[in-house]
Amino acid sequence: MATREEIADILAGFTLFGDLQTPQLLSVAGVFEEVFFPEGERILRQGLTGSGFYVILEGAANVIVDGTQRSTLNRGDFFGEVSILLGEPPTADVVATGPLRCIVIAGPAVEAFLEAHPKVMFRMLQAQARRLRNANRWRS
Amino acid sequence: MSSDPRPFPPGEYPAIVIGSGPGGLQASYGLRRHGIAHAVLSADPSPGGMFRRWPFFQRLLSWTKPYAPEERTSREYQRFDWNSLIADEPELRSLQAGLMDGTSYFPSRPEMEANLAAFADRAGIAIRYGCTWQRTRREEGTGGTTFVLETTDGEYRTRALVLAVGVAQPWSPQKTPGIEHARHYADTREASSYAGKRVFIIGKQNSGFELASGLAPWASQIVLSSPSPAKLSVQTRSLVGVRARYVQPFEDNFLGLGVSLLDASTDGIVHAGDAYRVDLKRTDNGMPMSVEADEVIAATGFTCPLQDLPDLGVTTVGRSMLPAVTPMWESVSVPGIFFAGTITQAAHGLRKHGIPANSGAVHGHRYNGLILTRHIAETRFGVETPRPAVPEGDVLGYLLREATCAPELWHQKAYLARVVSVSPREGIRDEGILPLVHALDAMDRDLIAMTVEADGQGSIYPVVYIKKDGRTEEHALPGHPMRDFATAEHRGAAAAAIGSLLPSYARGG
Repeated sequence: MATREEIADILAGFTLFGDLQTPQLLSVAGVFEEVFFPEGERILRQGLTGSGFYVILEGAANVIVDGTQRSTLNRGDFFGEVSILLGEPPTADVVATGPLRCIVIAGPAVEAFLEAHPKVMFRMLQAQARRLRNANRWRS
Repeated sequence: MSSDPRPFPPGEYPAIVIGSGPGGLQASYGLRRHGIAHAVLSADPSPGGMFRRWPFFQRLLSWTKPYAPEERTSREYQRFDWNSLIADEPELRSLQAGLMDGTSYFPSRPEMEANLAAFADRAGIAIRYGCTWQRTRREEGTGGTTFVLETTDGEYRTRALVLAVGVAQPWSPQKTPGIEHARHYADTREASSYAGKRVFIIGKQNSGFELASGLAPWASQIVLSSPSPAKLSVQTRSLVGVRARYVQPFEDNFLGLGVSLLDASTDGIVHAGDAYRVDLKRTDNGMPMSVEADEVIAATGFTCPLQDLPDLGVTTVGRSMLPAVTPMWESVSVPGIFFAGTITQAAHGLRKHGIPANSGAVHGHRYNGLILTRHIAETRFGVETPRPAVPEGDVLGYLLREATCAPELWHQKAYLARVVSVSPREGIRDEGILPLVHALDAMDRDLIAMTVEADGQGSIYPVVYIKKDGRTEEHALPGHPMRDFATAEHRGAAAAAIGSLLPSYARGG
């Protein structure tokens, strides 16, 4: 269990929210909601619409495409934004590898959230650029 | 020999329900329906749970329409009645509608309490009142875990514990300096005692806006503050956010008339002469500001009173301390402990498009309670419940009728589903109403699950899930302006979806 203050403290240590001041972090902690998944539970489901944007507070999750594990997400990592930005269902399952705590915001709320927090949007872009670069390196 | 007339003296029971609010009553009714002997214990002196006290201003947020397009005792009528508990017997159905005085279609608190008391009385739900659960132990034996409950009346033992203790324990942020100067919502005084006072309310959720609405005739100034902007249900097009009943303070704020809504964090509350000064930091620019007030009220929410269960290993989530549960509302970390009533909101389902289930309210959790007790009866007591065969030619019409009329699907959108299983050995079976996530993840057979869903933009439409060979496909059907999902267009779209499991529909059957 975590209070808004405790979640804000955790978020302050994550790159994605690294540019926010305390009142903004508290606001973010109030806009997002804490959720828990036991080991083996699916957080994102390949092909199912309407999913949210998640940030991992504690624990890890595997990214699984058509039954094959592609990568692992850890504390501070985020997921779900690609399908929300593109308006398409997720192309992977994300499955908890153990007890997993996340914060989540609904898909339809993401655009307004990013517009209200341009620094978070910039950090998200950086992370996406890094993922794209690494994917290109891997291919070449 | 005891002269205590109350039922359920201390001892061992196959199952124990704690709580006599709507969740406890529905759970007891459900267990009895499946023949499961159980005790019901309650710390209260009478049924009703939180509705014995709240809402503070004595008017519910959930409505019941005494006059609706459906017969009052029909299953379909439940869509228009958010407050009655569910029963097989016609004389126990839709009790709320008969207990309203016509001044509002939102029952008053006493009308709701009377509805729950009438259900307990007419259904003959036996409850041991005045029995407070204090501590819990677990004993491991050859047959599994036994839970030992220490209560004010003595020790109770059971292997199936159903907790329906609500989410109504007042909570305020203890780390905020000076928070002791703030009364919690739960301790708000009678409204007239705020006459002429400047009232500062911490929190911009429904309880804060309920107070702002109710104190408006008395307070000279009302400020509501919290770090995040308030959401309105009419904006989220769901029950998320401040409900339409409490929108008036928004209008007053926009007109600059006596109500101010602030987005700010509370740094502290200090004495300032005969009043208080609330020190804040604005969310938008981080700048400090202060507001003077004669009264500070913390409308900062409630937690789930799980007592010592976290020490026993029950994992909790979030500020409300809700238990982490399976889709069937069983603790993920301590099997054998189940949750009923408003705590069932802890099983969040898919939350598609950000729309949660309505399990926090009676019109959602009453169905969860019946599913839960069937699940307990089957998995813990070996009770077999009917799974009627469905003729293949009837499947399509049945599912579309459910999408159009089933109260479970309408009140628990994208959360509860009508599930029909398909197997070579057992044929086509009606599995009943089940949590969608349970059907998709825990049932190891091919199936069709029908839900009603909303996209958060205002559309409501049925969705057919096909699970075949372990893979799930989602087929959203069209919406309809009058919410009639049994049209030719829907028949065509649904037939195309279920054709992969039932080939006769793919051939145009």
